[in-house]
Amino acid sequence: MGTKRPAAALAALAALLLAACGGPSTGGPDRGTSGGIHNPSDAKGGTLRYADSGDWDSLDPADTYYAYTWNFARLYGRALVMFKPAPGAQGATLVPDLAESLGRSSDGAKTWTYTLRPGVRFEDGSPVTSKDVKYAVERSLDKTTFPNGPTYFNDLLDLQGYTSPYADPDPDKLGLKAIETPDDRTIVFHLRKAFSGFDYLAQIPATMPVPRAKDTGSKYKEHVVSTGPYKFQTNELGKRFTMVRNPEWDPATDPNRRPLPDRITVDLNVNADDVDNRLISGDLDVAIEGAGVGPSAQGRILAYQGLRANTDSASVARLWYTALNPDVAPLDNIHCRKAVLYAADRTGYQRAYGGGTGGEIATNLLPPVIPGAKRFDLYPSPKHTGDIAKARDELAQCGAPNGFTTGISYRAERPKEKAAAEALQQSLARAGIKLEIKPYPLGDYTRLYAGKPDYAKANDLGLIVYGWGADWPDGYGFLAQIVDSRVIRATGGNTNLGIRDPAIDQMLDQALLTTDTAAREQIWQGIDRKVMEDAFVLPGVWARGLLYRPPNLTNVFISDGFQMYDYLPLGTTRR
Amino acid sequence: MPGMSEQGRAATAIQGRSLRQIAWRRLKRDRVALAGGGVVITLILVAIFAPVIVAILGHPPLEFHYDKVDPELQVPRGHFGGISPDFLFGAEPVNGRDVFSRVVYGSRISLLIAFAATMLSVLLGTVLGVISGYFGGWVDTLISRTMDVFLAFPLLLFAIALAGVVPDRAFGLTGDTLRITLMVFIIGFFSWPYIGRIVRGQALSLREREFIDAARSLGARSPRILCTEMLPNLAAPILVYSTLLIPTNILFEAALSFLGVGVRAPTPTWGGMLSEATHWFQIAPNFMLFPGLAIFVTVLAFNLFGDGLRDALDPRSR
Repeated sequence: MGTKRPAAALAALAALLLAACGGPSTGGPDRGTSGGIHNPSDAKGGTLRYADSGDWDSLDPADTYYAYTWNFARLYGRALVMFKPAPGAQGATLVPDLAESLGRSSDGAKTWTYTLRPGVRFEDGSPVTSKDVKYAVERSLDKTTFPNGPTYFNDLLDLQGYTSPYADPDPDKLGLKAIETPDDRTIVFHLRKAFSGFDYLAQIPATMPVPRAKDTGSKYKEHVVSTGPYKFQTNELGKRFTMVRNPEWDPATDPNRRPLPDRITVDLNVNADDVDNRLISGDLDVAIEGAGVGPSAQGRILAYQGLRANTDSASVARLWYTALNPDVAPLDNIHCRKAVLYAADRTGYQRAYGGGTGGEIATNLLPPVIPGAKRFDLYPSPKHTGDIAKARDELAQCGAPNGFTTGISYRAERPKEKAAAEALQQSLARAGIKLEIKPYPLGDYTRLYAGKPDYAKANDLGLIVYGWGADWPDGYGFLAQIVDSRVIRATGGNTNLGIRDPAIDQMLDQALLTTDTAAREQIWQGIDRKVMEDAFVLPGVWARGLLYRPPNLTNVFISDGFQMYDYLPLGTTRR
Repeated sequence: MPGMSEQGRAATAIQGRSLRQIAWRRLKRDRVALAGGGVVITLILVAIFAPVIVAILGHPPLEFHYDKVDPELQVPRGHFGGISPDFLFGAEPVNGRDVFSRVVYGSRISLLIAFAATMLSVLLGTVLGVISGYFGGWVDTLISRTMDVFLAFPLLLFAIALAGVVPDRAFGLTGDTLRITLMVFIIGFFSWPYIGRIVRGQALSLREREFIDAARSLGARSPRILCTEMLPNLAAPILVYSTLLIPTNILFEAALSFLGVGVRAPTPTWGGMLSEATHWFQIAPNFMLFPGLAIFVTVLAFNLFGDGLRDALDPRSR
C-alpha cells in the first residue's frame, strides 16, 4: 500500500506535463470524433484494470453480442477482418486481420473468399489454418449451445440443413457445405442470397479460429485459446479474469496491434456507481462497457473542471426515437403523423436524455457516426421547439382540426423514456394532440406489448417510445431490423414498430446487391429519407456517452467502429 | 399544579360525565396527540384546497419550466434544487416542474386512496368481525380461517401482479380513476382482517356481558343485538384502529407508486416522486427530500393522533 501513493502522484504529474506540452485535452468534453489521441505513448508495461458493472455474456467468441465485448475480444482473438484501431471515422473502416486482404466477392456478392496470413499460431504454438476458422463459424451456428451470439451467419450462409458441428457426422466435424477450405490458407463462404457488406460479418468474433481439439462446447468460455497478443491467466466466471502476454503472438503477422500493458485485469459484476467512483479516484482505468458514466457521476464530473477536462463525449450509433404507429387511427393518416412531427418539441426530447451530454437532436434516422449518413430535416422548426402553425395545418388536412387523443407507451424501467413521454405529452398538447401515458415492462415490451401489432392497436399505442443501436456502424447494421416491413411478425417480438412501405423493402434488397460502398450508402440515405417522408418515425436524440479517462491512461481515443475507447492500443503509465 | 387540578376536579365533581366527555378531556391533555391531530386536519385541508393553494403559492403541477433547469446537467438552477419564493420546494430535474405543487397535489392521491381503502377495510372488517365473534361456532371458524388466508397472502406481490394485468379500460373506468379504484380495492380488500380480528376479539368478550344477556332475555333478535348493543360498544376500538390503519395504507400506496404500479405519470404521487428522485438525490436532493418529508410527516401525524385517541378512549390498554 505504501508504494501506491507515490506511483499515483507520479502518474498525475506525468499527465500534467503531457497536458502542459500541448496535450489535446482542454475545456469541456471533447466532441468525440474530432480524431485526437490523448496521451500518445508507446511505453510498454504495467497492468490495465477494467471493470464491468454486469457480467460478460460469454468470453467464447461464438457466444458474445456487445460492442464492448467485440472491442475487447480483439485482444485475445483474430477474426478474418477487424475495425481499424484508429481514432474517429478511421475506426469505422475495416482492415484485414487474420486474412491478408478484405473479402473478394464473386457470383454477384453471393460468394466471398479470404486468404489467411501465413505464420499465425495459437497460444500453444500450433499453426492456425482455414479449417480452424471454418470450425469456429460452424460452432457459432449452434444457438442451443451458444444462445447469445448474433444469427447473421445462420440467416445468410447456404446451410442446407446444417445445424451444429456437435451433431456433424463428418469425422473432422467440417461437414458444412457453405464454407469451403480448398487449402490451409483459403476459406470460401457461399451465401443464400447476395450480401454486399459481408466484410462486416467477417469481423464478428465468430470468425476467430477455434482449435477443435481444445473445444469443450459451452465450457470453452472458461479457457478460450488465444490467437491475439494476450492469453487468459485466470478466469473466475462472474467475478474476474486476468490476461498476460501471449508469447506465441508474432507482431510480424499483425500490422494492427501494438499491445502496451503486460497484464490486463477485468472485474465483473461491480456496482455501477462504484465503477464510476473508482474510475474518478484512480482505482480503475476503464469502465469496460463504454456506455458512459451514470447520472450522479456525470453531475459531479461536469461540475468540476479538473475532472471534466478528462472526459470524451462519444457519438454512439444509436437513435432514441418514437415510432408513430400507422395501425392506430388517426395516425393511419399521414397528415396526422406529420402533425405530430411538427408539433413535437425536440429540445424537450433531448433534455429527457440528459441534454447535450446525452446526445444531439436527431432530425432523421441514421446516426451521423455511421459512415455515409447524411443529416436532413424535413420538418424544420425554429430552434427545434416545434412549429404549431404547421402542425395545425396538417391536422386540418387530416380531418382532425382540433387535434386527437392517442396513447404513448414507454419502458417502465427507463426513467429517460418516461421523461421523454412526459415531454411529448406537454409539447403535443400545444397543438391539441392529447397523449395518455402507458408504461410497460422492459422485458416484454416488444414481445407482448408495443412490439405486438394487435396489442398495440387494441390499446391505442399510437406513439411508441423506443431506441435502436447498430450492430456495426453501417446502414444495414442500423436499418435492417427497424424498417423492413417483411420482418414484422403478428406474434410479436418486433423491433420494426410499424414502418410498412414496399418501396423501402425494395431499396433494402437493392442495397444488398450493391457492392460499391458509395452507391450503397446512397441507398441507405434514400431509405432514411423515405421513412421521414412517410412520417413513420419521430427522431429524438442521436445518443452520446460521457466517457471518463483517468490521467494515467495512454493512447486513448474513441473509435467510430465501437463508439467507445478502442481497447487495442490502450496503455497505462501506472507501474 | 397537581393541587390546582385537584381543586378544579373537586369543584366539578358533582356533574356526571359521559364516556365521550371523559375521552375528550383526556385527549385535550395529550399535547402530542393534539399536535398530530392538528397536522392531520391541516393535511386534509391541503388536499381539499390543493388547487387554491397551488394557484396562490405555486405553478400548475404538470407545467414544465425549462428555464429553471440547467440545460447541460438537467439539474435545477440555484441553491438546493432552486428553492426560491417562486418555487418553494425548488424545481424538478429535467423538466423543471414545481416540486411544491406536486407535493401538494400528491397529498390528494395519497389521502384519497388511504381513506377510501381504510373505509373499505373497516366496513368489511367490522361486519365480518362482529358476525364471527357474536355467533361463534362454524361461522367463527370459517371467517377466522379466511382471515388467516388473507393475512398469509403475499399482498405486495399480488398488488404488483394485479396492477400489471388490469388493462387500460376496465369496469367502465379509464385513466387515473381506474388506477385509484384499483389501488383502493387492492389495499382495502386485503387489510380488512387486521380490523376484523380486533373486532372479533372485542365481540367475543362483549357477548358474555350481562347487558347482552339482558337484551337477549328480553327477546331481542340477533340483528338488533348486533346493531344496537354491540356496535356502539365497538365504536372506540374501530375508530382507534382505523386511525392507525390510515398511515399504513399511505405507506402502502407510496410503495406501490414507488414500484411504478400505482397511479400513472404525469399525475403526481409521493411514492412516484421518490422513485424518480432516486436517480438524482446526489445532485438534486430537494426532489427526494420534500416528498419523503411529506410521507414522513403524514404517517407520523396519523400515528401520534391514533395513539392519543387510543389512550383517551381505552386507558387500560396503555
